[in-house]
Amino acid sequence: MSIFIDRDTKLVVQGITGRDGSFHTRQMIEYGTNVVAGVTPGKGGQKFESRVPIFNTVADAVAATGANASVIYVPARFAADAVYEAADAGVRLVVCISEGVPVLDMTRVMPYLREHGVRLIGPNCPGAISPGKAKVGIIPGSICREGGVGVVSRSGTLTYEVVHQLTRAGFGQTTCVGIGGDPIIGTNFIDCLEGFQADPETTAIVMIGEIGGTDEQQAAEYTKAHVTKPIVGFIAGQTAPPGRRMGHAGAIISGASGTAEEKMAAFERCGIGVMKRPADVVPLLRERGATP
Amino acid sequence: MNLHEYQARGLLKAAGIPVPDGDVATTPAEAEAIATRLGGTVVVKAQVHAGGRGKAGGVKLAKNAKEAREHASKILGMTIKGLTVEKVLVVPAADIATESYAGVILDRASQRPVFMVSPAGGVDIEEVAAKTPEKIMKLGVDPRYGLLSHQAMQLAFFLYTDLGQVRAAAKILQQLYRAFVDAGASLAEINPLVTTPDGAVVALDAKIGVDDNELERKPAIAALRDASSENPAEVKAREAGLSFIKLDGAVGCCVNGAGLAMATMDLVKYYGGEPANFLDIGGSSNPDKVVTALEIITSDPNVKAILFNIFGGITRCDDVANGIVTATGRTKLKVPMVIRLTGTNEELAVQILQKAGFSALTDMDEAVERAVELAGRTA
Repeated sequence: MSIFIDRDTKLVVQGITGRDGSFHTRQMIEYGTNVVAGVTPGKGGQKFESRVPIFNTVADAVAATGANASVIYVPARFAADAVYEAADAGVRLVVCISEGVPVLDMTRVMPYLREHGVRLIGPNCPGAISPGKAKVGIIPGSICREGGVGVVSRSGTLTYEVVHQLTRAGFGQTTCVGIGGDPIIGTNFIDCLEGFQADPETTAIVMIGEIGGTDEQQAAEYTKAHVTKPIVGFIAGQTAPPGRRMGHAGAIISGASGTAEEKMAAFERCGIGVMKRPADVVPLLRERGATP
Repeated sequence: MNLHEYQARGLLKAAGIPVPDGDVATTPAEAEAIATRLGGTVVVKAQVHAGGRGKAGGVKLAKNAKEAREHASKILGMTIKGLTVEKVLVVPAADIATESYAGVILDRASQRPVFMVSPAGGVDIEEVAAKTPEKIMKLGVDPRYGLLSHQAMQLAFFLYTDLGQVRAAAKILQQLYRAFVDAGASLAEINPLVTTPDGAVVALDAKIGVDDNELERKPAIAALRDASSENPAEVKAREAGLSFIKLDGAVGCCVNGAGLAMATMDLVKYYGGEPANFLDIGGSSNPDKVVTALEIITSDPNVKAILFNIFGGITRCDDVANGIVTATGRTKLKVPMVIRLTGTNEELAVQILQKAGFSALTDMDEAVERAVELAGRTA
């Protein structure tokens, strides 16, 4: 099995004719994802690459195709509205790839989504991939393979690095989720841990966090109470100076809070194997009894 | 992006909050003129993006205009935590009866703006939170409705007992919330919020931090950016669409993706070196970005070796390779370079680099270890 996305995912792409949207839609289709529709206002009635129907609104797309998930590739200033539109149209899952969404917008988006019972992954994230089943977002399919490891991460390329190490050692993945590097995100570590713990095919979990905030600490406490599968974790930013935003809007040490040290200590305390570097992932998983 | 105190004061004033008179000066003569206009004792305050200005000698009391000029001439040009003071704020020295704290932040955990007020103002609020948390009242705001009147009153009653002051403070808190939203802030605080001996409630010092993601749609706020108060290399990087932070080590790092960039710095440290910088060239990088990145890294005299760590996903390794070849063709490198590329178009990249006389590694650990060795172990 997998979490959030699988063979039943019927995807609508918001911003399908844009530069990023069109490139990644091609990649998603090539990977085998069931892309049923695209949305670009004003291009309704056309077809993307002469196969995927384009609609003016997400509501039209859902009504015509039964899409149950959406992925957003629109510029940041349109992203919040795109999320509202997807929620209003009735999809259950929204994956927002767009980077640079104002945090105040997210404070309004989140209660709206809760009221509508919609899950958001992101914003500012690479999306999710369930190897062999579906890919929603931008994670390169070539570095993944089917298997039993669940991966959840706040990062993009660092996730690829770790997944690449897993795949090379024969450890495939059930689902890899990039939850995004922003301070306010729709799906957090705990949501993913809950999914991986409940998923019978997931046999081990890898968690990749970074400096800033307290999500990793809370996830560690959750792990201690609810996760019985082997789990290892990494925190990026051990050498980051306080008070500076390290690329990701959420990656900032404020005062004494949000340091890598504090997060790694929480991992240790709660039974999560602490990776000191990305290359530790495979040996640590094996040490904890995980096998490919 | 952080605003200067005088800029934050201006935004609060525009929102209707009572702030003392005063103005900003870039020369001692201007400071003297402002002090003359204000009359009486004034405070001369350095305008830099650094805490602890007072301790560093950047805040001085002046009994008259002549003294204000003298203080300004000392403070202007001084460096506080590596930043040169180019402006001073001159304000009247206030008579203070009580000092409180009022602030609103974007709280990650509750995913909403949260107000914090404390009657223990004028000091570092994090210290108050750590030592005497009972002296802080917190209140989450539903951003769809804003700070409601009764919520503002509830917060104000935590600060004052006099009903006139409570009402005045409640009004200020609602105005502060409006200023926070209008600025696209992630933090807006008044510290201290004072009462004067005649009972007025006044904002004496203000701090506003803006969410960088807001700047595109708020040009008036974006225009407040003071590039002179930032590291020039960081300004150049930002203008080129790169995310760069200067550090003090000898290994110059150029990486795609913020998480991988941090992990690369960490690995440099793991192998006994120190990173010279954080540098994320971003997702869909073109060769021009790589050229600028190399220029920035090589302009740092501390850099003894350069490390490229690229995991090609959306970023194509051949784009990065072309950038490296172009940049090194323009200006010859004076320090050794280690290149690690893996992922999309890796083979093509290796060919491009080999033709130009470079070799590339595919393993991250191997590359970092090699770069640290070349830079000479610093730790």
